[in-house]
Amino acid sequence: MPQIILTGLNHKTAPVELRERLAVGDSQLPGALEKLSLPDRIHEIVLFSTCNRTEIVFTAEDDKAVDTVKELLAEFKNIRVDEFENALYTYKDDKAVAHLFKVASSLDSMVVGEPQILGQVKKAYRSSVACNTSGVILNRLLHKTFSVAKRVRKETGIGDNAVSISYAATELAGKIFSDLSTKRVMLIGAGEMAELAVEHLISHHVSRITVVNRTFENAVQLADKFKGEAVKYEEMEAALKDADIIISSTGAEGYVLQAGQVKQVMKKRKHRPLFFIDIALPRDLDPNINRINNAYLYDIDDLKSIVNRNMEKRHQETVKAERIIEEAVVKFRKWLQDLEVVPTIVAIKEKIEKITEIETGKTIASMSSLSTEDEEAIRRMAQAIASRIMHDPILFLKDTGAHRKDSFYLNAARQLFNLDPDDEEKPS
Amino acid sequence: MILETAAKATLYSATMLYIAGMTFYILYLFRQNDKMQNTGFYLMAAGAALHLLSILACSVTVGSVPAHNLQQTLSISGLALAGTFVIFKNRLGLKILGVFAAPLVVFIMVAALLAPAEPAEYTSLLKGFWIVSHIILIFMGEAALALAGGAGILYLLQEKQIKSKRQGFFFRRLPSLDRLDSASYTLVATGFALLTFGLVTGFIYAKGVWGKFWTWDPKEIWSMVTWLIYAILLHCRLTVGWQGRKSALMTIFGLAVLIFTFIGVNFLIGGHHQGFTK
Repeated sequence: MPQIILTGLNHKTAPVELRERLAVGDSQLPGALEKLSLPDRIHEIVLFSTCNRTEIVFTAEDDKAVDTVKELLAEFKNIRVDEFENALYTYKDDKAVAHLFKVASSLDSMVVGEPQILGQVKKAYRSSVACNTSGVILNRLLHKTFSVAKRVRKETGIGDNAVSISYAATELAGKIFSDLSTKRVMLIGAGEMAELAVEHLISHHVSRITVVNRTFENAVQLADKFKGEAVKYEEMEAALKDADIIISSTGAEGYVLQAGQVKQVMKKRKHRPLFFIDIALPRDLDPNINRINNAYLYDIDDLKSIVNRNMEKRHQETVKAERIIEEAVVKFRKWLQDLEVVPTIVAIKEKIEKITEIETGKTIASMSSLSTEDEEAIRRMAQAIASRIMHDPILFLKDTGAHRKDSFYLNAARQLFNLDPDDEEKPS
Repeated sequence: MILETAAKATLYSATMLYIAGMTFYILYLFRQNDKMQNTGFYLMAAGAALHLLSILACSVTVGSVPAHNLQQTLSISGLALAGTFVIFKNRLGLKILGVFAAPLVVFIMVAALLAPAEPAEYTSLLKGFWIVSHIILIFMGEAALALAGGAGILYLLQEKQIKSKRQGFFFRRLPSLDRLDSASYTLVATGFALLTFGLVTGFIYAKGVWGKFWTWDPKEIWSMVTWLIYAILLHCRLTVGWQGRKSALMTIFGLAVLIFTFIGVNFLIGGHHQGFTK
């Protein structure tokens, strides 16, 4: 039976320069797969590469394949093996499977719980399928990987809490306003900071934008970018009446907005809620604004501490995720072991015998006139038919021919006889 | 007699269903599993249906709305609350409201079952269209207003989470302030309308029985106070924009006055609604 081997490097073992040199882009992937799958000792292969990692999963008969893979990768990426060898890790069998599960579940990511990695692995797997380099074992392994990652996401809080400033701000806005798409965002200050910090809020939810800036031209420019409207600095207070979320990021020394001003505005807008986000340093907005009814103020430190606490929570959730992964590794190992010739034949025989027994039992029970000998004869006949039918398929499984892939036929046989009924994970 | 025993048995069963519903809602609060919430909701609905049957059965034997002693009165208010919750939950899209409503219903029902079942005096006083409408409208209206108070409490909880900048237990579990506020508004508006009609039918009934619309009965006075509080709340909301925190505080204050009017007046002061709480 072939081994499952995983070798690769990631953000923990290799600096970004090295990761860049070994990254395999989408367009390069088919070429890399073709080259790496060429040697006979490598059976199946899946390769995925992101800005944080390059990982190669393959099945091979012996350990020498690891060196082959290294050399071929070096050749393909035009780099010497000794330049990256130290950054590589290599796992086999259970450990390889567990590592793959972890990576896809985003436990190994730079930002634990980030959702992109699963999509990246899926995409890479599709390339392998298209290039015909993934076979029975890796197909099964990858499908299992996807379902484990899904389960981790669903059953643990690993992706629950916002871990970036802009996500945290959006989440907060969502707890103040039920429908963000009807709300208006007002940017005070046309700096890059505002743009970056609220990108998420703007690109995903809110549609109406107002930009206020001391230099009016800059306001116009930024407003154009977001298809919003620009307002002169002097008109800020008037514009506040129609805004719902205010993001301030000016370089001003004092407060741009005092609590007293906001109180006046609140009356004019009939106390509809206002959400202030102050990402400027020194701060733009009077902290007392948070004490006004229906007004909520978060500054950059508040948001940062939320993000830190959420990070902490995600790390706590990894314990749960690891338990799910361990369980899945055991299950996968069982499937792999059953994919051997002897367990498969035993399982087929047991299934057929059971069916024969049940069916003859039913027939005999309905025929009351039979003697004991007659009953015996019927049983023997049924068993003989069953074993004669199974004779040729079993012979074939025992010797599928020297150059045929055992696992392929074993897998087909197991599926034909539905020998693994409890995990019906269909490829997604 | 047989009907009465049957009514009692269904009343107990309904309470058991409410307790089961409450259990699922509490589980839902911790686990955030939607299936639990749905199960809790259907259990509450089943409890309310059974409860309604029980009260209808009782009405048949008595020949009017069974609100003759404390037990019956509490039972009716429990049904009104459960029924209002079942009707409004999906309209408001406020799953979490069950976490408030279910335990309150259970509390009222347990109190009802524990209350001494004084033999009710079945006078002819509680028969007729006006009094029956009066009782139904008042109970439904007060149930809606009580739920509004619940939404108000949830609003203050969530507001505290946001203002204090600590995203604790409730932050994730409660919906947005907007939604809680508008749910509370819908409930207040509905409850206020029902209460108004309930009071009007009460006046008409009083005219028929005592010859006067208004008799300066303590319950009447306090009912008017309750009505005024909600009238002020609605008026200020529409004119000067009393929404959010102020509105939430008012609904909770209203709820306190409501409970006093409902129970306190009878125990502390008395009046012609006395039969209610015997």
